[in-house]
Amino acid sequence: MKILTGNDLKTGAVVWWTGYDWSIHVEDAVDVDGEADAIAAREEGARRVNGPYAIDAQREDNGGVRPAHIKDRIRALGPTVRPDLTLKPADPNAGNWVI
Amino acid sequence: MYKYDQYDQAMVDTRVAEFRDQTQRRLEGKLSEDQFKPLRLQNGLYLQLHAYMLRVAVPYGTLSSAQMHMLADIADKYDRGYGHFTTRQNIQYNWIKLEDAPDILADLATVEMHAIQTSGNCIRNISSDQFAGAAADEIADPRPYAELLRQWSSFHPEFLALPRKFKIAVIASQTDRAAMKLHDIGIRIVKNEAGELGAAFYVGGGMGRTPMIAPCIKEFVPLDQLITYSEACLRVYNRYGRRDNKYKARIKILVHELGKDEYTRQVEEEFAHLQTQGIEPPLAELERIKAHFADPAFEAAASDDLDLSDPGFALWVERNCVAHKQPGYIIANISLKPVGGIPGDASAEQIHLMADLAKAYSFDELRVTHAQNIVLPHVKKADLHALWQKLDAAGLGTANLDTVEDIIACPGLDYCSLANARSIPVAQKISQRFAETGKTETLGELKLKISGCINACGHHHAGHIGILGVDRKGVENYQLLLGGCEGDDTSLGQITGPGFDEDGIVGAVETATNVYLANRQDGERFLDTYRRIGMAPFKEALYG
Amino acid sequence: MVDVLRYRDDEPVADPAVTVDSFAEQSNAAAVRIEPGDDARDLLPHLEQLRLVEVNFPAFTDGRGYSAARILREAGYAGELRAVGDVLLDQLGHMRRCGFDAFAPDKPIEAADAEVAFNRWPEVYQATGDGRQPIWAKRHG
Ligand code: HEM
Ligand code: SF4
Repeated sequence: MKILTGNDLKTGAVVWWTGYDWSIHVEDAVDVDGEADAIAAREEGARRVNGPYAIDAQREDNGGVRPAHIKDRIRALGPTVRPDLTLKPADPNAGNWVI
Repeated sequence: MYKYDQYDQAMVDTRVAEFRDQTQRRLEGKLSEDQFKPLRLQNGLYLQLHAYMLRVAVPYGTLSSAQMHMLADIADKYDRGYGHFTTRQNIQYNWIKLEDAPDILADLATVEMHAIQTSGNCIRNISSDQFAGAAADEIADPRPYAELLRQWSSFHPEFLALPRKFKIAVIASQTDRAAMKLHDIGIRIVKNEAGELGAAFYVGGGMGRTPMIAPCIKEFVPLDQLITYSEACLRVYNRYGRRDNKYKARIKILVHELGKDEYTRQVEEEFAHLQTQGIEPPLAELERIKAHFADPAFEAAASDDLDLSDPGFALWVERNCVAHKQPGYIIANISLKPVGGIPGDASAEQIHLMADLAKAYSFDELRVTHAQNIVLPHVKKADLHALWQKLDAAGLGTANLDTVEDIIACPGLDYCSLANARSIPVAQKISQRFAETGKTETLGELKLKISGCINACGHHHAGHIGILGVDRKGVENYQLLLGGCEGDDTSLGQITGPGFDEDGIVGAVETATNVYLANRQDGERFLDTYRRIGMAPFKEALYG
Repeated sequence: MVDVLRYRDDEPVADPAVTVDSFAEQSNAAAVRIEPGDDARDLLPHLEQLRLVEVNFPAFTDGRGYSAARILREAGYAGELRAVGDVLLDQLGHMRRCGFDAFAPDKPIEAADAEVAFNRWPEVYQATGDGRQPIWAKRHG
């Protein structure tokens, strides 16, 4: 699948396109195949997102979404060297998903 | 230390107001991202992996304790309780909100700080020797010259849209502790035969994808022509530096393509012309600035005795302390490289503590080093043990300066959007490995530097051992380099051969150190042995 | 026709500006246009006859035009120096300091906004030949 990501203009937070809005959770991302450019242009024009771009990703068995590139997996989770600052501070194995 | 007068304060205050207005216009849609980006970059604001990142300038690496406290307050108030000290003597915050950025700059301005020109295609923060004003081997304090250049380069209207970033370092000692020849301009304050001070200009050094060592283009520029000569160097670059390819846009490429002699000729021509233009501040201005850097009130009869009966303390003194020019005093380095820690990161509490200790023990002064450590430059030897105990209790007493554990590492893929691979975990694993095997001491001075991509923010070209993260079909991979050095005998590291995965690179570093241990002769450091025996034995051990 | 912000009292030149190359050939023109790759020094022998020099900024991130402007002013050029092209509000003040006294931005800028930009910096650190007294001069006045 293709998903759309970027950073929130005001806060810089990493966000993913959910079909009608932006979420900080990658598992909320939806397939945007074919529409990526149009959504990106519209959302950027409305200043809801900064620097949106489409990436390859995979739907996981547990319903999660796994970006194809490690860089976007680190964006989705947070820095691997500071698990306490990631989106899943309580999950000691969260980092394994990145690598 | 330099104190702002009403003019300097007006400049930073104006900058805050300007950026507040620009940010507002961006949020209202009156500025596009393309238009806003160079503006925010010139205020140190990047968009990074997780959020905006703010790089705050620490001009020539010098901080007062009030400024250091403010850095901690910003970490707590606007970020996530920590900051990252960088190889360019600045500090970066990783979790900044665009809407907060103007307020942060306003807070910084209250302690005479800013983020002006810490990024973007302009003259960046001027770096210098972290031991300036304290080193036993300096002929002058380099900071007044750096401050003079800071004022000249701040908002210089002709040089705010250069072909590429421009980094200047100023030193004034025998030993180069600032990697001066790896800067766009390296300035060494020297004495001529008549005993007068002047500046030697080294132009066209740099790292990145085409590392180059700057040649000396002028041996002696009199102090009352320093600004004019710098302006001439910059004008030639602004006019002729390449703009067709951003990877060829640094001044090192221009100097290389024109040749040092032709570049120098053009600078001299421009210099002759600019000398007629009255752009040089009077020497009285340099004297005014110098007065700010007068020695602190050292105690005249301070004792040189040190009780080294405590072995932990003795080791720290040997490893982390450096001779001071003033009898009875010493330079104390605080390692931000605890074993297994994140190189250069410090928590708000640690930053506050270092600020307090600077106030109590170092005449209110701290320095940031290009090795991502902190220095208390003026500690009375009689106070040293008490200082060490407090540092040690806070996890800041690690005795590993310039050892294999004192790793320079860029933020890498954990934070940086340009990265190919993570740097920090590699640094953590290496320092752990050597601490566990107890080899750190045996190896002595060994400078290990890691960058997460070819941009070389972690100075990997200049490490005795360098590591470069690359992307191999979507998987992190690490190349090993040997033989780099950033000091007076600057050299660039050579790649050993095919890269390694994350665990492989840790093993490869260990293998390289084993080759050194097996071959070293009396008193040789890793670098010396490498230079004597060459790459072959290392290759053999790594790939043979 | 783009709106020109002009900060001079003399009559604007009506002639179209010629390129540096064609100026070299038919050197009776009073108006010339410098592109980023042109050498402003080529004009120095002819400053007497020039009344308008346009300096083109195809992209605001290309700063060669700032040096071109200063070179002309330092050589004594007193005619109109006009920045044209991708000229944006946030660069106006810097351009003015380098000697520009007219601006023809691709996207019009309100005169009132320009005024705010010019008045933004009450103090300046450098001497750039624009007549403003740098801070160091005030300190040692
Ligand atoms: C995280 C955001 C960062 C970004 C996007 C970034 C970007 C870059 C880029 C693109 C270059 C290459 C420039 C060129 O060759 O033209 C570079 C070089 C450099 N950066 Fe960074 N950097 C970052 C962080 C850092 C940090 C944290 C440090 C200090 C630890 C640093 C210090 C340097 C140094 C010393 C160089 C080499 C300078 C030279 O080539 O002469 N940077 N950076
Ligand atoms: S070297 Fe590369 S990965 Fe490391 S901070 Fe610089 S740009 Fe980022």
